Amino acid sequence: MKYQFIFSNRLRILIIEQLGSAIRLGARPAINGDVVTQTLPKIPGTTPFDGEQARKGYRLNKMCYSFNSAANRAEFIENEEAYMSKFGLNEQQKAAIRARCVLDLIAAGGNAYYLAKFAGIFGLDMQDIGAQQTGMTKPEFQAKLRAAATT
Amino acid sequence: MAQLVGGLATSHIPAIGGAIHKGLQQDAYWKPFFDGFPPIRKWLGRVKPDVVVIFYNDHGLNFFLDKMPTFAVGAAERYDNADEGWGIPTLPPFKGEVDLSWHIINAVTEQDFDLVTCQEMLIDHACTLPLKLFWPGECPVSIVPICVNTVQFPLPSARRVYALGRAVGEAIQSWDSDKKVAVMASGGLSHQLDGERAGHINKDFDLKFIDSLLTNPEWATQFSIHDLVEKTGTQGVELLMWLGMRGALTSNSASVRKVHSNYHIPISNTATGLLALESAGPF
Repeated sequence: MKYQFIFSNRLRILIIEQLGSAIRLGARPAINGDVVTQTLPKIPGTTPFDGEQARKGYRLNKMCYSFNSAANRAEFIENEEAYMSKFGLNEQQKAAIRARCVLDLIAAGGNAYYLAKFAGIFGLDMQDIGAQQTGMTKPEFQAKLRAAATT
Repeated sequence: MAQLVGGLATSHIPAIGGAIHKGLQQDAYWKPFFDGFPPIRKWLGRVKPDVVVIFYNDHGLNFFLDKMPTFAVGAAERYDNADEGWGIPTLPPFKGEVDLSWHIINAVTEQDFDLVTCQEMLIDHACTLPLKLFWPGECPVSIVPICVNTVQFPLPSARRVYALGRAVGEAIQSWDSDKKVAVMASGGLSHQLDGERAGHINKDFDLKFIDSLLTNPEWATQFSIHDLVEKTGTQGVELLMWLGMRGALTSNSASVRKVHSNYHIPISNTATGLLALESAGPF
């Protein structure tokens, strides 16, 4: 068994060998050929918009980007289902759009900057969006923001 | 040679556009934000920059995920603003400073920065609103916009943006012109729009960061993008722009003088920061 770990900012490979009933522990520097899948610690409640998200959410974000145009916003309002199909959204993305659920939209690959244009169609501002994602009422969310000023 | 007179930095929020449009500057909610600007406008009225080089991040007006440059420099005669989808009023076009654009592009590429150049470029609220905040009337300056990717990871590191800023500052000062140039940052400070952590604000970090730009400008370059997201939020990383601005000033002056600063929580979901720095003089 081999496990990787970081020690003093240098990637090391941890070696665990079972010899009969004994376990031998060792370590050596990583070398070419080691399979290294370094992952950064997860930040709670946060989904960095990386390559994986960008691939997953491309069509959803492309649709939201189209909402820069008033004509496109009107077309979406006129027939949501047809508009979503035109952009080739998958079922997960369509369901998240129908539900107006920001957390589901992020899970489906949505990016905050483009999703904001979708929210804008319904006249929702960033505090509405924040309240929805944190499960608060808008006044509760506003109070949370104000509280950050006094800490 | 052109003279680099100082640097400006402010947060940008679409709602500011609506507040200016409706004349809400003295409204109780907006006053603590807008009241930061008059002392800086007074200073600007004295130093009278002709050109502003602006570090900002596009929010899906000019760039989409089909082509996402890390650093893009505008080289247009004119920059149009356009509908961003939120109903904030579209502002009239801004005048470009094309000679300086190409001088920066040439000089900075010579310093091993690989840029995207844009002879047509829509500028969004992040570029237009700070100009409106610092010059509420007719805009007296021409601009060179420098767009830094904060949309799609990987983002350029704090260290890299600071170095880019430094190269831009050197380019400004080797520009064969008698014009006065200021650098500007538009972005931050701590905020997060998305996820269960939406509304994240880090006052301690923000205040330390503003202070570091006076006393120890490279302080924030020690942090990785992951660190900055953890500390300041997914959109807090826009503070990269402030490092670009500050890096530019480092190129001509051993120290800077603070003209004015302001910090207020919250506007929309954002901790807003404001700073003006004057170059204390050549080495």
